[in-house]
Amino acid sequence: MSRRRVMAIVRKEFREYRRNRYVLVTMAVIPVIFLLQPLVYTLALPAAAAVPLSHRHELLYMLGIPALVPSMLAAASVVTERQQGTLEPVLTTPIRGKEFLLAKALAPLVPAIAVSYAVYGLFVIIIELFAHAGVASALVQGPLILAQVIFTPLLALWSIWVGIAISTRSSDVRAAQQLSVVGNLPMVALSTLVAFNTIQATLGLAVGLAVALIVIDRVGWRVVSAMFDRERLITGTR
Amino acid sequence: MPNRHKRGAALSVHDLGKRFGDRLAFDRVSFEIDYGEVFGFLGPNGAGKTTTVRTLGTLIAPSSGSASVAGIPLTAENGVEIRRRISIMPESPGLYLRLTVAENLECFANLYEVANPGQRIERALRAVNLLERADDPCGALSKGLRQRVALARALLSEPEVLFLDEPTSGLDPVATRDVHDLIAELGRSGVTIFLTTHRLEEAERLCDRVAILNTTLRTLGRPDELRDRLFAKTLTVRTLTPLADPGLVFAELPGVEGWRQDQGGGYVVAVSDPTVAAPAVTRSLVSAGADVLSISESRHSLEDVYLELIDEPKPAIKEPA
Repeated sequence: MSRRRVMAIVRKEFREYRRNRYVLVTMAVIPVIFLLQPLVYTLALPAAAAVPLSHRHELLYMLGIPALVPSMLAAASVVTERQQGTLEPVLTTPIRGKEFLLAKALAPLVPAIAVSYAVYGLFVIIIELFAHAGVASALVQGPLILAQVIFTPLLALWSIWVGIAISTRSSDVRAAQQLSVVGNLPMVALSTLVAFNTIQATLGLAVGLAVALIVIDRVGWRVVSAMFDRERLITGTR
Repeated sequence: MPNRHKRGAALSVHDLGKRFGDRLAFDRVSFEIDYGEVFGFLGPNGAGKTTTVRTLGTLIAPSSGSASVAGIPLTAENGVEIRRRISIMPESPGLYLRLTVAENLECFANLYEVANPGQRIERALRAVNLLERADDPCGALSKGLRQRVALARALLSEPEVLFLDEPTSGLDPVATRDVHDLIAELGRSGVTIFLTTHRLEEAERLCDRVAILNTTLRTLGRPDELRDRLFAKTLTVRTLTPLADPGLVFAELPGVEGWRQDQGGGYVVAVSDPTVAAPAVTRSLVSAGADVLSISESRHSLEDVYLELIDEPKPAIKEPA
């Protein structure tokens, strides 16, 4: 595994993100949607809402951000290069399939985590400053913040491996992105169900889910690496 | 980069073939290329040229046969090591259009893990006369300039074997000439070049040897060798008035093997060696009192060779030992 080759692709991806308006808009729109709705709702809550809120975990709903933000980027990552003819020159270099895929995963992971933490932090700050004090202390709980910190990278990585797996097998960018969103809906649904107490959030559930996601993320890299086939990517056959 | 001094074959290919399901891309291809040689790989569209390059570049696995690339056996396990020693410029430049020329090259310099990437990039850009455009986004460059950037990218790693796949495809004549000049310069500096093209004048101008492929290898050799191998050498004689007895004029002359009258009223004389036959024919014509207008050696182009070979369903040949 060559760190230099991995970072070459990561740096290239970052440069492309910065200069691609579509990518920037995609990264901004989803978090804004996730931020505005609960913000408006929470700021309008009276102080009396604090007691029922303290038994719920509505902020976990924001775990939808790391599940969705990187999925579009990851789904486009390989198929776009294939369509634009930039994949073949890269694959003719000494880069290994695993290095290429790791780079393709790291590139969307970093902004996804940064955006998720930033939006969450912004939400907490606004709530602390402008919501009723009782509502703020009911919503902003230590365990929920910890859950957000831990699950954000795990969900983002899951989302990325799903996206890349689809991207390596797809021949159309839009189809890959749509499939990737569909592939990530189960995780969004799970976090939403926990947020709204349909599934009871317990320490055991949190630990179990975290361990499961760590395993899935590791297996994901192996599975996607096994799916990576230079010949199929270049010729479209096999 | 110059590697003429290296021993052994830069490319050694034996009965190599690739099949995609029922479709045969190329079959039983054999040849050897020395270090420092510029080798032309000719053939019509769909002949299997690009697939051959991709196979030798470890992008796709051969279905049959064997090869060594830059001295390393062509196997899946050796993929990284082979790709480290070669460079492929695909038909489409495949540049990152939002990145500048220098950023594109920086990415590839790091993928090849070259030492002193800044110096290498500068040297590669200087080689293709693009140093002053280093900070331009590739999307703002013309097709010809993009091709030059792709060539600079291929030179970054100072490869032992440089594969150029249709490097002038879609370029206008001026851009084509520029790329030709660059390839010729690389060839003179000792870079081993495997040039696939369907432009015959390109191959004739740039290559030491050429192979003609149409799924199977049809022929291989120096362009002049191929002409000699395929076409009888002839002299074309034009006289002011028809010869009274051409049989007597051309009979028993040294180097002359036969003759016939052509449709324009001239004479086509088959010869074994024009340098021997031409003076003898001239002397004989003068002795016969003929008013000679011209005596010229018939020239066959590589295009004639190509057209002669490409349509014939001949079996694959092997390179002469």
